[in-house]
Amino acid sequence: MSQSTQKFSSTGTQASRVIGVLAIVVMAWVVISGLVFTPADVVQGESVRIMYVHVPSAWIAYLAFIVTAIASSFYIFAKRHSLGFDRVAGASAEVGVMFMAITLITGSLWGRLTWGEFWQWDPRLTTTTFLFVTYIGYLAVRRLDGSIEQRARRSGVIALLAVLEIPLVHFSVVFWRSLHQRATILDPNGDVKMDGLMLFTLFSGVVAFTLVFAWLVLHRQRTMLLSDLSNERGLDNAILARQNESVSN
Amino acid sequence: MQNAGFIFASYGLTIGAILLFAVVTLRRAKESAKLVEDKYKPWI
Amino acid sequence: MSQTPKSRVVSAVLTKDLRIEARSRVVTNQVLPFAGLIMIMFAFALDNDDVLQRVAGGLIWLATIFSLFVIVQRSFAIDTSDSALDSLRVAGIDLSAVFLGKAIALTLQLIALDVVLIAAAFLLYQVHVSAGGLVLLVTCVICATTGLGFVGTLYGGLTAGTTGRETLLPLLLLPVVAPVLIAATRATEAAFGSGGAATSEGWAWVGLLTIFAAVFGIGGSLAFGPLIDE
Repeated sequence: MSQSTQKFSSTGTQASRVIGVLAIVVMAWVVISGLVFTPADVVQGESVRIMYVHVPSAWIAYLAFIVTAIASSFYIFAKRHSLGFDRVAGASAEVGVMFMAITLITGSLWGRLTWGEFWQWDPRLTTTTFLFVTYIGYLAVRRLDGSIEQRARRSGVIALLAVLEIPLVHFSVVFWRSLHQRATILDPNGDVKMDGLMLFTLFSGVVAFTLVFAWLVLHRQRTMLLSDLSNERGLDNAILARQNESVSN
Repeated sequence: MQNAGFIFASYGLTIGAILLFAVVTLRRAKESAKLVEDKYKPWI
Repeated sequence: MSQTPKSRVVSAVLTKDLRIEARSRVVTNQVLPFAGLIMIMFAFALDNDDVLQRVAGGLIWLATIFSLFVIVQRSFAIDTSDSALDSLRVAGIDLSAVFLGKAIALTLQLIALDVVLIAAAFLLYQVHVSAGGLVLLVTCVICATTGLGFVGTLYGGLTAGTTGRETLLPLLLLPVVAPVLIAATRATEAAFGSGGAATSEGWAWVGLLTIFAAVFGIGGSLAFGPLIDE
């Protein structure tokens, strides 16, 4: 076996490059349209522009967690217990946590501009925060010592329990806030009158963020496979890496 | 543009976070890819 | 090879846990005073009799949840030292029965804890309760502690024996027990009549507590086995 003919390609493929380029193009359109082309809102003024990054971010964050839950259930309930599902679940959760953080921060800034408050205890915001903390816990569980199968099983159970737990949290908060007869749920998104271009930009935002999500998860779960493989093969890899270095030098 | 600060901060944070995640992931990918032969990579 | 009937396993695990507590008295000698101290510290921090009386319900359940972490970790520390949990697993025992036994033991300890906390609230925060309120209060305590018992045993089992469990357990548990905190507090406030809440409002919240307990009782007994298995 000749070492010099072995290749060590990274995680990119033609498909991922196409997705990546599309993501950049659509995202650029969304940014330009959101900041320049779209009109200011009648009520909110310019601050409505935050909507074009906040709303898609929220949607994709929820999508990411649904993907994690579905992938986890495939891992746990399918006979083969294929670890590919575990990797998708983990990658999707990481990306989801990032988008959720973006959602919470941009939403906070938007709320501050439109309603003067950085935060409110309305059901949607509160439940979103709990979802965020739950998935931080999920990621922490994935970092516990143990085998890859243990990681998959533990975090898979956490993800499925979260599917039970988040609706319970949501209902509790809905009933709780309904006690206080608030006149309006303060939601910056609620009273924006959307014209054609605004709607189209928002829709483009969802498309762009979905492409970004797909690209990130694709690369992240491939990287996870690589590090799982290399961790399992321990010493062999140290030798391989040294040989690889001397070949490329 | 009024409130330009918050608006640019939101867009900047969003793009910045995505770029950061992408760069870190790609960097880790390159390092890990060196340790595993191509025959074990199902996407190739 | 005959299977040990599930009820035998449940009562064996239950009596084991309670007997260990009776002998070591960790909950009675350490956790209960800790919880009582929390109730006193709340009074220092809030420093206003009207406010204290109004928020007494919430303080009781906050103190319960803070103490929950300690009791749960204790419950599993006794199993992971000397690998007792591993022995149970290897012996082929039905793990959902182990879950049930430990959960009931945890619930009973939490009930004892809540009796102390509610007594402290009567003494320190000047709350009052009517006959109808008392029935509501007792039901609330039973339903809430059952839910906490299931959830605590489940996540305690997950983190048992792992490094960093002291901080991981609260991180995992707090989002999950939020519905219990909200519902139990509102029901307790209704029982005390805090802020003009009527007793009737409290029963809806008890309903939510029951749903929570049912969901995690069933989900927990299904998930506990796979979680503990290597």
